[in-house]
Amino acid sequence: MSEIASSVAPPLPAATEKLKFYGLWMAAAIALLLLPKIFGSGGSLTTFSLIGISIIFSLSYNILLGQTGMLSFGHAVYYGLGGFLVIHAINIIGANKLPIPLPIVPLIGGLTGLFFAMLLGWVSTQRSGTAFAMISLGVAELIASSALILRTFFGGEAGISANRTKLLRIFDWSFGPQIQIYYLVAAWTLIAVIAMYALTRTPLGRMCNAVRDNPERVQFVGYNPHVVRYLAFCFSGFFAGIAGALAAINFEIANSAYLGAVQSGTVLFATYIGGIGFFIGPIVGAIFVTFLSLGLSDLTPVWQLYFGLIFIAVVVFAPGGITGLLMMHRPLLKAGTLTRVLPSYLIAFVPTLAMIAGLILSIETIVHYTVNPGDDSHIKAFGVSFDAASPFIWALAVVLLIGGFLVARKTWTFVGHAWDSAATMAREKRIAA
Amino acid sequence: MLELIVISTLNGVLFGMLLFLMASGLTVIFSMLGVLNFAHASFYMLGAFFGFQVSRRLGFWPALLIAPLLAGAIGAGVERYGLRRVHKNGHVAELLFTFGLAFVIEEVVQIIWGKSPVDFRVPPLLDFPAFTIFSTNYPAYKMFMLLVSIAIFVGLLIVLKKTRIGLIVQAALTHPHMVGHLGHNVGRIFMLVFGVGTALAAVAGVIAGPALVTQSNMAGLLGPILFVVVVVGGLGSLPGAFVASLLIGLVQTFAVSMNGSLSGALGPLGPDYASTWLADIWGVTIAQIAPIMPYVLLVLILIFRPMGLLGTRDT
Repeated sequence: MSEIASSVAPPLPAATEKLKFYGLWMAAAIALLLLPKIFGSGGSLTTFSLIGISIIFSLSYNILLGQTGMLSFGHAVYYGLGGFLVIHAINIIGANKLPIPLPIVPLIGGLTGLFFAMLLGWVSTQRSGTAFAMISLGVAELIASSALILRTFFGGEAGISANRTKLLRIFDWSFGPQIQIYYLVAAWTLIAVIAMYALTRTPLGRMCNAVRDNPERVQFVGYNPHVVRYLAFCFSGFFAGIAGALAAINFEIANSAYLGAVQSGTVLFATYIGGIGFFIGPIVGAIFVTFLSLGLSDLTPVWQLYFGLIFIAVVVFAPGGITGLLMMHRPLLKAGTLTRVLPSYLIAFVPTLAMIAGLILSIETIVHYTVNPGDDSHIKAFGVSFDAASPFIWALAVVLLIGGFLVARKTWTFVGHAWDSAATMAREKRIAA
Repeated sequence: MLELIVISTLNGVLFGMLLFLMASGLTVIFSMLGVLNFAHASFYMLGAFFGFQVSRRLGFWPALLIAPLLAGAIGAGVERYGLRRVHKNGHVAELLFTFGLAFVIEEVVQIIWGKSPVDFRVPPLLDFPAFTIFSTNYPAYKMFMLLVSIAIFVGLLIVLKKTRIGLIVQAALTHPHMVGHLGHNVGRIFMLVFGVGTALAAVAGVIAGPALVTQSNMAGLLGPILFVVVVVGGLGSLPGAFVASLLIGLVQTFAVSMNGSLSGALGPLGPDYASTWLADIWGVTIAQIAPIMPYVLLVLILIFRPMGLLGTRDT
């Protein structure tokens, strides 16, 4: 028996491997510590805090979607309930002067998320696939609508607020200034990311992958896929609760929007755009989507439309997300054939950009005529000013859009050929593409 | 009391038939393509807005024909150039594609028609009370809605049961691969079914538009209930979708018209929760919880019959 185990088990990692692995986490910790020293303004600290919260939330979502193959449309339920419970907890702790400091309060949110995931999860995870997606949607609607009925607990439309500075202080930190909240969020982000990474390395994490790939075979091996899905759901709810708690502490308020469909949709967008196939994907997605939603809303009034279009483009053209696209190039990089693809990218880039510019120009012109037709026709979108009333702009938009599309289609087949030859060369050097 | 029962039953059946107009298309699309069209309610909304726009130019009756055709053409285009491309990436990608589509359609509708309700009126020809029952005037337009939904239901039944194309669709519901092997152009059938399904949703939108509110959030309000219908009925089961549509239509309509609450039922005998947060549960009326009734029903069905009422297959 021990012989089999020794031949099947992977060899212990070498010292350099270990150093690389732990060095990565140490580097992340140091980067989180130094970040406010480089970008110290209040605005960037708020952005970093939001990104941290979004990272925990997206990673918790990926336990479901990426690792266990469960598409949930109602993940915000556990995020929101965690947030609400934490606001109530802060109020109770503050009023009764209980000896509980703020840094451990997010744990209350996590336990709330875990509790409700345990409660609702057993019913929800009975089926997988499309049925699970619809059930998660129904359960989310149930909770979100109930939140508007139970006004005393959820505070109705306005929500409920709390004062985070009234708690027991340690090291004389009041958690009033944003910098202290940043460090709180950063510490919890690091802990949660490490914990969720560790979870993927456990036997349970591996069983989750097996349930995603082949639930029938899991049953033959002697596991119950329903139980595995349920456990994954509980863990996911726990981390979502922590994220919601941090959000509630950050804003000092919890309202029904925390639980709603928009929140559930946003975490789905962030996770999928980042890429569900790799552990780092949701982190990339959380950073990207947070910057995108903050940046786009300054540039154009209809930023949500662009957001949806980007999501559709990712689903259609890059189902692996941003990280999937980048990781595709790794074997080429290793084989040294990446340089054969790059020129074709540059060629395809120009008409694609022209097509996108034409699309943006058309959308902004239409928006001018439908949303605010009475306004001055000299509008500014994405930092570029133009006259939405001039026929020249209309012609330019149409030419860019249609011409760009036709040329781009040709150039992308060219990219495909270049890619194929580069991948074949990489394969000849025995590097798996 | 009798008045309440009669009126609520009429309204409930009407709402149920409207739901079934959409749920039938959704179910057939799901059975054939294996993808639950998340944007189905968005096509219902598009139908209502197209209907509004066309009826302003040409009147209501042309709109009843043109709007579903337009929405159906868009639906067929979505299947041909969108879903078919995504198909190779698996069912999750397909579902997410329609999810993104629902999001984009809502944004586009908001950009074109704004966020506030548009003035989509009942055509003057039908703007009179059909009959008076217990001193309540029942509008003729609602009877018209009921008749249209029943006519389409019967038409659908005949097409599915008596025609060749219906035979192929029925076969494809259970054995899609076999249908392909027999030499039918499955791709074209899929596109056709998707187009007809979305057109049916658009018909529901045109006839519901004047009676309900035509607004950019109507898809978001109805969508989740629609998915509850197909899950409660059993995914992929057309009779199940019919039963569930009527059930949810009736449950919701009856709940809206009832005014009882726990504290009202127990009167002064009940414990006094006025000061605690339990007061919300205690004082809430059945009418107030009507919006969550479908979801409560969903959870109950899942506990006692995970496959749905008439569902047979696991996905």
